[in-house]
Amino acid sequence: MKNPLDSLGKTVFLGFVLTAVIAVFMHVVK
Amino acid sequence: MEMSIWWPFLFRWLHIISGVMWIGLLWYFNFVQTPSMPKIPDEQKPAIGKVIAPTALFWFRWGAMATIVTGIILAGFLHYFPQVIWLDLGPANNHQYMPIGFGMWLGTIMWFNVWFIIWPNQKKALGIVNATADEKKRAARIAGLTSRTNTLLSIPMLYCMAAQSHGAF
Repeated sequence: MKNPLDSLGKTVFLGFVLTAVIAVFMHVVK
Repeated sequence: MEMSIWWPFLFRWLHIISGVMWIGLLWYFNFVQTPSMPKIPDEQKPAIGKVIAPTALFWFRWGAMATIVTGIILAGFLHYFPQVIWLDLGPANNHQYMPIGFGMWLGTIMWFNVWFIIWPNQKKALGIVNATADEKKRAARIAGLTSRTNTLLSIPMLYCMAAQSHGAF
């Protein structure tokens, strides 16, 4: 399987996904 | 302006300009240089590998160093080190420093990647230190994937840095 980090588009998409995960986590636990 | 406000502001400003230098060059590598390399004729590639990339890497890694040093000094001025290390998650805490805690951890991981993975491998890949052809190829792959990892992490890192005091938390 190809590493998603080989694709710039997938890298940026995963960056936004991780941002959303952290943002939701912070709102849930605060 | 009171000096007690001026000093943290001075280091916040230095932290921001160092961070722009660092992340600007990270994005230059990932959004411009790396995707452009296959389109550059072989005889012109040394201009990138021997001239532009080493200069960009110099400002990139020292930008990263200046960013973390000024960030640590700033956190010292603001007295929130103990809280941010544990993401302000302790039962006695009110979680007010959680965003900057996440931002500092992400930034610290990225700084580690620059100095202990990307730079040592780029030195091999660019021929700054001796390496066999196989070692160069492997080093370029490791440096490239780690640089992509930092690009991924830079997105939530900047969200967390800005979220702390700009209404997103």
